Amino acid sequence: MYAQMVKSEGKTDRAEMSPEERAFQDRIDANEKIEPKDWMPDGYRKTLIRQIGQHAHSEIVGQLPEGNWITRAPTLERKQILLAKVQDEAGHGLYLYCAAETLGVSRDELFEKLHSGAMKYSSIFNYPTLTWADMGAVGWLVDGAAIMNQVPLQRTSYGPYARAMVRICKEESFHQRQGYAVMMRMAFGTPEQKEMAQDALNRFWYPSLMMFGPSDKDSVHSAQSMAWRIKMNTNDELRQKFVDETVPQAEYLGLTVPDETLKWNEERGHYDFAEPDWEEFFEVLKGNGPCNDERLAARRKAWDDGEWFREGLSAYADKAAARRAASDLAAE
Amino acid sequence: MPSLPDAEMPDALALAERAAAEQVHDPHVADVDLKPAFFDWLCRIGDNALILGHRVSEWCGHAPVLEEDIALANVALDLIGQTQMWLSLAAEVEDKGRTADDLAYLRDAMKFRNIKLVELPNGDMGVTVMRQFLFDAYHFELLTALARSESPRVAEIAAKALKEVAYHLERSSDLVIRLGDGTAESHARMQAALDALWPYAGEVFVADAVDEAVARAGIAPALPDLLPKWERTVAEVLDEATLTRPDRRFDVHVGGKQGRHTEHLGYILAEMQFLQRAYPGAEW
Amino acid sequence: MTDRKEWPLWEIFIRGQHGLNHRHVGSLHAPDAEMAIRNARDVYTRRKEGVSIWVVKSSDIAASSPSEKGPMFDPAESKVYRHPTFFDIPDEVGHM
Repeated sequence: MYAQMVKSEGKTDRAEMSPEERAFQDRIDANEKIEPKDWMPDGYRKTLIRQIGQHAHSEIVGQLPEGNWITRAPTLERKQILLAKVQDEAGHGLYLYCAAETLGVSRDELFEKLHSGAMKYSSIFNYPTLTWADMGAVGWLVDGAAIMNQVPLQRTSYGPYARAMVRICKEESFHQRQGYAVMMRMAFGTPEQKEMAQDALNRFWYPSLMMFGPSDKDSVHSAQSMAWRIKMNTNDELRQKFVDETVPQAEYLGLTVPDETLKWNEERGHYDFAEPDWEEFFEVLKGNGPCNDERLAARRKAWDDGEWFREGLSAYADKAAARRAASDLAAE
Repeated sequence: MPSLPDAEMPDALALAERAAAEQVHDPHVADVDLKPAFFDWLCRIGDNALILGHRVSEWCGHAPVLEEDIALANVALDLIGQTQMWLSLAAEVEDKGRTADDLAYLRDAMKFRNIKLVELPNGDMGVTVMRQFLFDAYHFELLTALARSESPRVAEIAAKALKEVAYHLERSSDLVIRLGDGTAESHARMQAALDALWPYAGEVFVADAVDEAVARAGIAPALPDLLPKWERTVAEVLDEATLTRPDRRFDVHVGGKQGRHTEHLGYILAEMQFLQRAYPGAEW
Repeated sequence: MTDRKEWPLWEIFIRGQHGLNHRHVGSLHAPDAEMAIRNARDVYTRRKEGVSIWVVKSSDIAASSPSEKGPMFDPAESKVYRHPTFFDIPDEVGHM
């Protein structure tokens, strides 16, 4: 997901918990929202900072692969829609950073951790967007996968995070649909367009499945995060749901999912499908994906080049405040 | 369209509905003698919006701070929206079955009518902000005048665009002031941007036969009439920004309006028009 | 630059429709109040939710602390007569 492999710290065994920790867990079990000034275990706070931070980083790094095509969008309307969508992603990053800030970390600190590589973002954004069909595939598959996770997170235990997700989900609703609309134009278009559409699906299918993270059946971190209600479903549940919903959509487009083992399993009531290459996933996380270096370099450059701009505006605000104070004093 | 950031959309929708319902009769649109000049002039306004919107959209994902990233995208979205309205009207006036997209994506550089200022590369944020300000200050005066155009179709588009551009001008002039009067570095960068852009700023005010023809028809104001207001805005903002107006002509680099561009436009078009050129006739 | 300073955080309140109260919609960063309002317009009214914007520096907000939650909120709960169902109304009186 946008937050993959978030390390969770804490205790799931009630016997090991302090009275405060037990009371905290009881509140969560009663579906109460935890708010910024409430007592919370340090592990909860740290895990959330990591998770929300990763999610926020994914939104702003996620601007880059699609932003790549804004200047090449094929019609004025497509250009507007794509620009509005990528702008939304900046907005989503902004909301999420603000949610993280309520936990006692500043946005600048989170940026520094992104830029130094200390914090990660979703593996999916390290893949290149090579043709216009990728704008369709990203909206359809990547946003589609993200939505699977974000909708349940509207009910997560941490109030500011849940409220950010509500806002994000509201705005996100058009993203996947616009992606699918682009896909339809391509899949039902000229032979070249259809070829591009198939190629985009071929390239984005497995990376999209990776977005949910490796199987977490036995993961201690997942168990803790689920107990805290900051992770609502297992990775495997969401991946299966994604496959089940996406395969018929691909069939409608007349495109072939690049998985020869893909088959409807009547007994399970789900599709059987091939796992993505998890070696590749871990390599991408380590920084060895096709675009890791470019993505990080672009974010660092934006930040470094923008320093004088941010400082200039800060300096003016200070000067203006001083001038106001002086004139108030003179007026007294 | 699912979601476009436009603070005035309800008005715009109402306007569009009213226009559609009333089928506003505009004698200028069908005036055969006026057609070449009217078409050319509409392309000038539409192309300025298109090319500047394109340039500003290049910042998406790369701006100095998230809030600015979002604000710049809003400006670009407004300008591209305005492009659609102006170029659609241009296509209608031309009456050769072309659409706004055809005009945007299938003309070569010599047929583009934007001023050179808007096609210049983004440079740093100083250049981007200053270019926006110099253009906004003109754009605002132009649209204010066009909102009272004798052509109802032009007046209608101008009225909608004016609300957006009033905000663009408020934003860009405030940023010029703040960055000009910020740190030593931001001041130096803003002054450098002003010095570099100044010789391009005046092209919009250099009237030719096309400008005069639409002015005579009552569609547009006489360009020299807009200049004093522009001069006043620019002087006030530069003064507050502690920036120095360059001591040289502001109309050195002209010709864009007649299709003689800088080298930069060709690259913009190569990128912007790539798909339409590579796959003629495809639907996107 | 060594004395780097982050833009302060602002809480944004928007009155969505005429007649309704301003509602907290989120936060953002800006160097001062004037820019916070402008940024709010760009960030939070992209879909024109708002007709009026208030901004307050987050650090200027005084909030009740959770430890006070007991004393501040419990008394009202003990005044059960404020709750309509406290009063037994005979059936024959009808709906009230």
